[in-house]
Amino acid sequence: MKASNSLWKQKLAGRIAEPLASELDVYENEVALRRQGKIDEKVFAETRLRRGAYGQRYDNGQRHDGITARKLEFPTAGTKGPSTLWDAPGMQRIKIPYGGMNAEQIEVMAELAEEYSDGIAHITTRQDFQLHFIHIEDTPALMRRLAAVGITTREACGNSVRNVTACHLTGVCRTQTFDVTPYAHALTYFLLGHPDCQDFGRKFKIAFSGCRTEACGLARMHDIGAVAATREIDGQVKRGFEFYIGGGLGTVPQQARLFEEFLPEEELLPISQSICRVFARLGEKKNRNTARLKFLVSKLGLDEFKRLVCEDRKTLTPDPRWTAFLSDLGTHDEAPLKPPSLLQIAPVRDPGFDEWYKTNVYSQRQGGYSTVTVALPLGDITADQLRALADVTRKYVKDTVRTTVEQNMVLRWVSSGDLPAVYRELKAAGLGEPGAGTIADVVSCPGTDTCKLGISSSRGLSGELRWRLAEKQFVMDEAIRNLRIKVSGCFNSCGQHHVADLGFYGVSRNKGGYTVPHFQVVLGGQWDNNAGAYGLAIGAVPSKRIPDTVERITGRYLAERQTGERFQAWIKRIGKAACKSMIDDLTAVPAHDTSPEFYVDWADAREYTIGDIGIGECAGEVVNPIDFQLAACERETFEAQLALEAGDAARARMLAYESMLHGASALLKQRMPMFSDDPDQVAGLFREQLVDTQLFHDPFAGPKFAHYFLKAHERRNEAVTDTRAHQLIEEAQLFIEASHACYARMRQQPVSTKA
Amino acid sequence: MQHFRVKVFGRAAEGFELHQAIPVFHRWIQTNALPELLIDVADYSHVPGGPGVLLAGHDSHYGLDLRKNRLGLLYIRRTAQDGSTADRLRSALAAARAACEKLVQEPEFAGKLSFDFDEIEISVNDRLLAPNIPESYQELADELGAVLDGYTFRHDGEPRDLLTVLAVRAH
Ligand code: SF4
Repeated sequence: MKASNSLWKQKLAGRIAEPLASELDVYENEVALRRQGKIDEKVFAETRLRRGAYGQRYDNGQRHDGITARKLEFPTAGTKGPSTLWDAPGMQRIKIPYGGMNAEQIEVMAELAEEYSDGIAHITTRQDFQLHFIHIEDTPALMRRLAAVGITTREACGNSVRNVTACHLTGVCRTQTFDVTPYAHALTYFLLGHPDCQDFGRKFKIAFSGCRTEACGLARMHDIGAVAATREIDGQVKRGFEFYIGGGLGTVPQQARLFEEFLPEEELLPISQSICRVFARLGEKKNRNTARLKFLVSKLGLDEFKRLVCEDRKTLTPDPRWTAFLSDLGTHDEAPLKPPSLLQIAPVRDPGFDEWYKTNVYSQRQGGYSTVTVALPLGDITADQLRALADVTRKYVKDTVRTTVEQNMVLRWVSSGDLPAVYRELKAAGLGEPGAGTIADVVSCPGTDTCKLGISSSRGLSGELRWRLAEKQFVMDEAIRNLRIKVSGCFNSCGQHHVADLGFYGVSRNKGGYTVPHFQVVLGGQWDNNAGAYGLAIGAVPSKRIPDTVERITGRYLAERQTGERFQAWIKRIGKAACKSMIDDLTAVPAHDTSPEFYVDWADAREYTIGDIGIGECAGEVVNPIDFQLAACERETFEAQLALEAGDAARARMLAYESMLHGASALLKQRMPMFSDDPDQVAGLFREQLVDTQLFHDPFAGPKFAHYFLKAHERRNEAVTDTRAHQLIEEAQLFIEASHACYARMRQQPVSTKA
Repeated sequence: MQHFRVKVFGRAAEGFELHQAIPVFHRWIQTNALPELLIDVADYSHVPGGPGVLLAGHDSHYGLDLRKNRLGLLYIRRTAQDGSTADRLRSALAAARAACEKLVQEPEFAGKLSFDFDEIEISVNDRLLAPNIPESYQELADELGAVLDGYTFRHDGEPRDLLTVLAVRAH
């Protein structure tokens, strides 16, 4: 904890606008009261989350050091939330609405990264910043310093409206319908702290996109996705939005549904408000796993949900803010610092410029100007680099910087003739890496580095892939260079693996009594069309074989693609069975004795564990039958995918359900040698032995995955749509993953012989 | 003044590989190699001019650091300490020196990494307690003069940097 914490309030007096200044005073008091044990830990946890102060891995005071699980003996007693120790370092998320930043804010970010964190500021896939290793008692000072330059962390985490994102090119984009910045700004500040948004059961995400076909806004994977649209009404061109609701990634991804083909601009704020009100009123509150808006829309049906929203809209008291911003949309118009100019053809350029220009420079719709992408490895930037970027910002543009959902930053409105100088200055600061938006620009969530839920090292893998691919990217065929890789450390999808050409999410497997880090391979997601389609998992590969997997899949694509055939189309054409057979041999895990490196994750040196699971008593080379049984279940879910692909939703549903049934049986056999394989009995025993005992509970998702099976069992005779069958397959995959994890936990427990 | 940051510049010989710090730092956690609570290891070797490989602790972070594109052992004091400024400086310098001595003995780095202590960078990782102005520099240089014998001092860096003194051993 910093010795200067108590001094910042006075130092920044008068520089923080109300009501933020008062809110931060209250927050500081809450920190002090919790420290004294005068606020309940659960209440304080929600309080700090709503201020963006999040937990970080090992904050329960337990860490496996590779040999043994050890207790982290922090000096201060007490907690900052359930199972979250007071002294344990945490993560601070900082909201950057639509990614917009100025030079002063960038400099403050540098100071905070240096003074409170580890010298690194990290950009997330939702245009936020994150700082790690933050002490809770430093957070009020840190937040005040941000507030003094106009940044709030309010509602950056918790059950609230999260950062409102928008495509980073909006306003300068050649294909946009119009600039969505003023709309994103208006909705951000309208909903921030709004009383109608304080009683959600889960988080709520909003994204804007300037056009329908490009990818940057990713509108269709959000709770609200607003895509700029125009319509001619009474001879006048009116602005509005193609308005989507109920999308989301997470464990079971869902495409947003079209709420309104054309929502007039003046209805953007009130309709969003009514959606929030209906969500707060009817959304699930007890079971976090079904509390996102997508579940409510599915439960009610789109028509009924829409009817409720429209009814609610009629009851709202008119608010001048709904339309006030429309009379001054130009407030957010950016201006260039320099007159437009053309990039001069020079006989000699700086080495590396041409490659960088090819991938990192975008010609704006405004002639003579370019947007420059500063490619950040894994979204990381140092304090020194942030200051250098602030210098470049001041010298070449007028505070027109944005963060991107691909974890980079962009400088907009660079006069094109300045590009060589900008490149030179960025390069001097280590910010001149080429390859933005290519296969080497791998996106990754924090994974096991800092996230409490991480299963495999997404950053470790991404760093390795980036390193290998960066070297080769300029000799690669363009078809491969333009693919996108995204990696998540677990099924929660923060790395957005569902919308990548090649997506990976962390899972684990058991081999000979050891736990082995793996990644599920997800192919054929669509980044275009605002995240227009999600990929499906084809199998789990040991982490250490993912680079080979990438090489093999891209190699096959290059060899087999037809002229102009895109990756998704190729995946669709060859079918899932061929995709799976492409990686079949890579799924094998060599023995621990011969290849111990498979049992250590990327960028780590410890023997891999999940939680505190070490080497079980069945260490050795005896393979437990359950490993085979769970592998068979995976095959069944795969066959379910094939059936769905062949248009047989009923068979797909049956296979997905049976894979869960067989997984449940396999686990039960570990507990009790004899029972009938009648599905009702299996479901009953599963509930009694594994759900009621909480043995199947995921440490973070609770009984969610168990309920997938029990629900599928109850509804096994109902007809299914393609969408429901697809969802059931996703659920079955997660159930099997949870079965692997449950088995790992069972190995740590004495076997019950209850028959 | 509080929260000192000390960087001892190092020299890499043939065969040195930064990522070897990952197993070394994990081992330090396993063996309680330092007399303080160590938490985790963070790999930032992908960031040009970045923190390299970091050993994160409760009271302090240690790192095999690449900032300003110079390899060195970086010690960062995070929590506040009792005692005088000179006491805290001594403690930070001693912690950095101990880590350097330990690091060069590790099998991964033996003969491949050295620290000669000819140049040491000392900063105050708190802009409010020590603004980067000539007066604070003078105060820090005076304190350093009392604890670092045989060095000359220079106010280093640019105005936005942490208050930083470069200590160069007089030969
Ligand atoms: S995907 Fe999983 S590991 Fe990655 S940040 Fe999200 S919850 Fe954590």
